Amino acid sequence: MSEDKGREIPDIREGTVIDHIPSHATTKVMEILNLDGHNYVISMGNNLESNKMGKKGIIKVGGKFITEEEANKITIIAPTATVSIIKNFKVDKKMRLKLPKIIDKIIKCKNPNCITNVQNIETRFNVIKEEPLTIKCEYCERLMEADRSCTLDFVYSRAATV
Amino acid sequence: MTGFKGRDVISIKDFSKEDILHILETSKKMESPTPTLLAGKIMATLFFEPSTRTRLSFESAMESLGGSVIGVADPATSSAKKGELLWDTIKMADAYSDVIVLRHPVEGSARLAAKSASGPVINGGDGANQHPTQTLLDLYTIMKTQGKIEGLSIAMVGDLKYGRTVHSLASALALFGCKLYFIAPESLKMPNYILSELKEKGVAYSEHEKIEEVIDKVDILYSTRIQQERFPDKEEYEKVKNVYIITPALFKNVRKNLKIMHPLPRVNEITPEVDELPYAHYFKQAANGVPVRRAIIALVLGKVE
Repeated sequence: MSEDKGREIPDIREGTVIDHIPSHATTKVMEILNLDGHNYVISMGNNLESNKMGKKGIIKVGGKFITEEEANKITIIAPTATVSIIKNFKVDKKMRLKLPKIIDKIIKCKNPNCITNVQNIETRFNVIKEEPLTIKCEYCERLMEADRSCTLDFVYSRAATV
Repeated sequence: MTGFKGRDVISIKDFSKEDILHILETSKKMESPTPTLLAGKIMATLFFEPSTRTRLSFESAMESLGGSVIGVADPATSSAKKGELLWDTIKMADAYSDVIVLRHPVEGSARLAAKSASGPVINGGDGANQHPTQTLLDLYTIMKTQGKIEGLSIAMVGDLKYGRTVHSLASALALFGCKLYFIAPESLKMPNYILSELKEKGVAYSEHEKIEEVIDKVDILYSTRIQQERFPDKEEYEKVKNVYIITPALFKNVRKNLKIMHPLPRVNEITPEVDELPYAHYFKQAANGVPVRRAIIALVLGKVE
């Protein structure tokens, strides 16, 4: 089986294909795209064989062209992901993804005494540096070095060394 | 420089060098206040954490300009105790006043308050994060006593790891081309993220373990309390608590213009005999809180340009 086809998952006529997702991040990408209540077919495959990645995830969302803004959000936890817009079963456009400058909601602040954790406020981070990904909480101003390979619960694994 | 009317004062990092200099200039004018400048204006003070100097100097500043003060002194008596969210508490205070001063133990609370309120919010300290008016009064004190900030040699001593005062002050001084000396035991050194920020800005700094190594070279010695409550391990605290005690014996060959500053309260890091020396400046520093806070309130209320 050719790795790029993702044939285990049925093709879609119109919509978006997100491929080359690191397996651990596939369900998180679903959450970021907030597909609850979406009425068209959504197919997801995970732990599919991939020559480049070993294992990968793929999501095909029928009837929805995701925006660049949504696609860029995915890169936070799935830097290898590719996003293609499909029209009439063919790739109409491949998106070039880039890390957003501001990250809303997706990441939880590492500081337990941050107001976002104490009073359940939606988080907002400014991206300070891309490699290694370093972000700053808009509220408590704590710097965090985000490990993009570990995304459990959207809590990055360690705060920046201080 | 951005206009000040309606502006929040949450973090010193929100202010450019021009902004800071403008606040310091205005503070100088506010040494002799116009007693009717803020007549009819109301300041709400919401102090969810104990404070002596910050609260008193804010209230004194407001009253001396003819404004009035309403406040919650003890959160136990307010609806926060009943579980009201800070967002809602601020909405109410915003409706009852023209400007809000907030001190809160949770980091980021001031930024949240600024989003909730339509009027300006001044951060009087949010947990271990920011205390911008302290930094501004520190800068004002330096400028007033030395005639300038640019190019001075400034030593910071004590708890440089946990002290928010020294973090904010170091960031601000980075804008003024000062030479910085950091004196701390290994366990309380200036955090790496602050040092990298200084490096990026091309600030000249060096790290030391003894005050004696730098005391003769500096214009300002900024001492801080080693905060027992920050230590997870009490044994570690015992090891370092008496490392830097400033006594008159230290001041044999120092510069004539040297001033000792301290954000207060002090515990034992400066002995009472030092108070009598011409170098002691910490009580004057605390007094400078009033003109600086007058300036900040008047600026954000748009009563001075």
